[in-house]
Amino acid sequence: MKARFVLRASTPWWRGPLLIAAAALLTILISAIMIRWAGGAPIPAVRYMFISPLQSRFGFTESLLSATPLVFTGAAVAIAFRAGYWNIGAEGQLLAGTIGATWVGLHAESLPRIVGVTLILLAGMLFGALWALTPALLRTRLGIDEVVTTLLLNPVALLIITGLLNGPWRNSESGFPDSDVIADSTKLWIIWPNTRVHFGLALGIVIIGLCWWFVGKMSGGLKLRAVGLAPNAARIAGLPVERTLLTTALVSGGIAGLGGASEIAGVAHQLTTGISNNFGYTGVIVATLAALSFIGALLVALMFGVITVGSFSASRALEIPSQIGQLVQAVLLITVVSALVIQKYRIVWTTKKSEGRK
Amino acid sequence: MIDVTEEIISSSLRIATPLALAALGELVTEKSGVLNLGVEGIMYGSAFVGIATAAQTGSLTAGLIAALVSGALAGLIFAFTTVTLGVNQHVAGLGMTLLMISLCNTANRIMFTADGGQVRVDPWQPLNFGGPIFSQYLLTYATFLVAVPFVWWLLWKSGLGLKIRAVGENPEAADVAGIGVAKTRYTAIIIGSLFMALAGAFITLAFVGTFTVNIINGRGWVALALVIFGRWTIGRLLIGAALFSLVNAGQLQLRLLPSFADVPFEILLALPFLAVIVGLAISGRNVPYPGAYLKPYKRL
Amino acid sequence: MNSVEGVAIASRGGAPSIFLRNITKAFGETIALSDVSLDLRAGEVHALLGENGAGKTTLMKILYGLSQPDSGQIEADGVVLKIESPRDARAAGIGMVTQHFSLVKNMTVIENIALASAKTFAIDLAKVRAEIVAASARFGLDVPPDAVIASLPIALQQRVEILKALMSGCSYLILDEPTAVLGPNDIDSLLEVIRRLRSDAGIGIVLISHKMAEIEKVADRVSVLRRGQVVSSSLANGITSKELVTLMVGEQQSGAEQRQRSASPSQSPILVLESVGVSREAGGLSDISFTVRPGEILGIAGVSGNGQTELVNVLSGTTQIDSGTITVEGHQLGSNTPQSLMRAGVGILGEDRHASAVHALQVVENLILDCVEKFAGKFQLRRKEMLNHCESAITQFEIKANPKQAFGTLSGGNMQKVLLARLFSRKPKVAIISQPTRGLDVMATNYVRSLIAQASKQGTAVVLVSEDLDEILELADRVAVMYRGSVVGIVDHTAASRESIGELMAGIAK
Repeated sequence: MKARFVLRASTPWWRGPLLIAAAALLTILISAIMIRWAGGAPIPAVRYMFISPLQSRFGFTESLLSATPLVFTGAAVAIAFRAGYWNIGAEGQLLAGTIGATWVGLHAESLPRIVGVTLILLAGMLFGALWALTPALLRTRLGIDEVVTTLLLNPVALLIITGLLNGPWRNSESGFPDSDVIADSTKLWIIWPNTRVHFGLALGIVIIGLCWWFVGKMSGGLKLRAVGLAPNAARIAGLPVERTLLTTALVSGGIAGLGGASEIAGVAHQLTTGISNNFGYTGVIVATLAALSFIGALLVALMFGVITVGSFSASRALEIPSQIGQLVQAVLLITVVSALVIQKYRIVWTTKKSEGRK
Repeated sequence: MIDVTEEIISSSLRIATPLALAALGELVTEKSGVLNLGVEGIMYGSAFVGIATAAQTGSLTAGLIAALVSGALAGLIFAFTTVTLGVNQHVAGLGMTLLMISLCNTANRIMFTADGGQVRVDPWQPLNFGGPIFSQYLLTYATFLVAVPFVWWLLWKSGLGLKIRAVGENPEAADVAGIGVAKTRYTAIIIGSLFMALAGAFITLAFVGTFTVNIINGRGWVALALVIFGRWTIGRLLIGAALFSLVNAGQLQLRLLPSFADVPFEILLALPFLAVIVGLAISGRNVPYPGAYLKPYKRL
Repeated sequence: MNSVEGVAIASRGGAPSIFLRNITKAFGETIALSDVSLDLRAGEVHALLGENGAGKTTLMKILYGLSQPDSGQIEADGVVLKIESPRDARAAGIGMVTQHFSLVKNMTVIENIALASAKTFAIDLAKVRAEIVAASARFGLDVPPDAVIASLPIALQQRVEILKALMSGCSYLILDEPTAVLGPNDIDSLLEVIRRLRSDAGIGIVLISHKMAEIEKVADRVSVLRRGQVVSSSLANGITSKELVTLMVGEQQSGAEQRQRSASPSQSPILVLESVGVSREAGGLSDISFTVRPGEILGIAGVSGNGQTELVNVLSGTTQIDSGTITVEGHQLGSNTPQSLMRAGVGILGEDRHASAVHALQVVENLILDCVEKFAGKFQLRRKEMLNHCESAITQFEIKANPKQAFGTLSGGNMQKVLLARLFSRKPKVAIISQPTRGLDVMATNYVRSLIAQASKQGTAVVLVSEDLDEILELADRVAVMYRGSVVGIVDHTAASRESIGELMAGIAK
């Protein structure tokens, strides 16, 4: 028996949703197997992971909190990918943003809060954009593949943070490799009283809206899309391809850096080596599952927030590893992306010996 | 001074071993027209599977075999998504990396670290043929004396290599010549994954003898860069690996100098990565990408 | 419609030995082949004639296993063949030389030929070399075995392709428009090779073409395809060229209105190229000089691959020049970027309409892609104005499309009209138009040509690059001929003929 994939002439509307549902089921099945292996009961664990965060105020607001950095990195990756710029360095750019933000946070005592907050966010954005600058210049000036250079800078950012925390920014009280707490004047406002949901979420949603508006409605967005979909056609039409790529890369890095500042100023209030829970890489998953749509990225980020919180509560209640949350996200990426491709094909099984054709 | 030089060369060879292996694997894969961003994850997976199996069975050899099997399996899944389905190679590769990392972190937690422990084995010991330079792991000797010539022969002398290069340059032409494009790419991806798995296994089974989160720490990305730096040739790829390893070994020595006592060593650890980027900036221009790089092939 | 079975006449070849029966193939909603039947005989040259898009290539790809039919079957000596891949085809003794050669450019001749029979482990390149030398001698096809393909001229690359097919032991050989890429001399020697293979080696040859002259010279049997159907199949000496053209086109060609050509252009040139050169890596052009006046059409002729594409890239700004100057309206351009050329008033219609537009974007978005700023509002694109602009272009250029339709879903003719609308709505002073009618049907071709003529009438200077010599002879005031990356001669239309241009194209005359 041999399988052959044949392109369908037309795809019935229900195949997409059906296959995505199948992908989700497969993902749940794989996580259930892991949970079983960890000695937990799969059904309660699945309920903890995907449903219970939505059933309590605490779970819901914590999910929003977990989703916040992913909103930024999802938007950052989506806008870069839309322009055909393969920025896989959102992780490093977010980390660079946390460095800039922490630096401001440690030096901005006794400022009015509006000034402090503006400064800390700007610093994050600037550092993120700067971190994206080198790969972008190498790509647009010398034609060097940005995939590799953006990837290589991710571990570098983490090493620099570790170095800072083991050196000049070592905690002055505990001596642990965590920075001191940032100045109160640079902490973001809590926008949902008595929870940890902070201004960063609102900012992220505004960024999503701006990206959506820019890419979909404005002239620069049309250029960006044309450059991403067919760079040579854009060049023939006289569009400034290199400049568009450079600008988009910097904007993408800036958004990721802003996400880093939002984490520092909004919830962590200090720099730690674990400040990013793979937010940048997860942003690639978020953007891809959203098919690079910004509104979609927001929704996927929220869903991932639920899964993150859910996997922690499942971990506490059932003593299974909380790492399973990231596993679910990675499996979901591969199964859903595959499902989206499979829906365009029908599978023809042929046996070597079969004579007649259908 | 001589001692320091010898020490640097010796540790360079050690550092270069997993990089060279992973880069050779990536080279074979990319020559078939496929970019495997799963390299970091496949190394991570085999590093874990290798040591986990070795710890459970008490046999390093069993660990190595299990690591190779995990690499082949990961390669198979990657090949299915990119070759058979034609999923975007960046996404599929990165997905594979994230999958392997999260899978291993979960398994590591379940198997070893739930009660605060850590997996440990007695790693392979270097074979000493005299002096620090000739005191290396068996896998290091094997990499430079067997794997390098083998990949050279495979790609440029064997029939399979001819097919791999043909499907990487011009899959239509290869198809017309009766070469199974999908079959050849599957083969190249799986051979490549086996090399990546060797690289990962070397790190846990020989280099450190334990497994910690983030153990690969970007070595896979360095391997990717080395292939581009090497312009898809083995000689230049090895030069790149040597340069990276020398910088890396050099910074290890720098740390011992009193004047660098105040510099956090993590900053020095970042130097080799920056060296790779500088290397790419100097020699990564107008590189001869395989003709069908990143392009899935489908007959109408 | 004459069906194949109806034609039972003795011919040079033996009894039919490969039958294609009732082949049907659709791509999405386009039906490429509808119930096509054809027979091939050993030792016979079977010409397959038809316009671009008539289905010739699709039919042969099915025979060679590169494409699967939706229905119908292939038989050899009464046995149904299962051809699912080129490997199956070659096992059945069928070889093919595709339009775009199936050669790996940066491998040697030996490696390319070894590919077809490569084993998994060690390969004996020395043995393959010996086989190549032997086969070269046997079939009279000389090739340099150790040369890298990319370094060989097109005619030699083609010879390697033919040799490769023959060495795989085929007894039927499909040649897909083999002369399209050749100059007149090379065409003659190819036709000689075809004759020899037929008569001496007894090979059955399918010659896909739409050139009458070649068919008259070598074909034993001619089948005509039109819109995916066989409209005629007969012995070559039983049918005249004129009848064939009528069958191919479907209607008597309405003698396109001859363009009025200005006898003595009085105005000074608007576009001047002086000794323009481009490095070898960027394609290799040397010493290109010509001028174009307002209202004039300068045709650029040449066998494809002699620098026309590179010249268009220079004029669109996607390839930078290394030497020489480009002057537009008396102002010398500092550098030839797309932006500087557009600002100077140079517009472009690229040779590949698919590469010139963004398939996934809407028609209206593609239409304004070269002047996005014109429709930029403060906060968003003024979509209403864009749509109005598009509607009027659709009316003016007779485009069959909805403004919001994705560009990629248009037919070739409508794609070309959208791109021409984009070009002409800029009111360019100079229009660079490359291969405007490639692959278009007769109606669309005539329309596009009339648009070009009209633009020149309104004072636009046109550089018309075309592989279709008839198109150039019909439209151009002067013809510049390119050979090996240089302009080897510029001929006035009064002196231009197929013969005079042909000699220049072949690099014979100076």
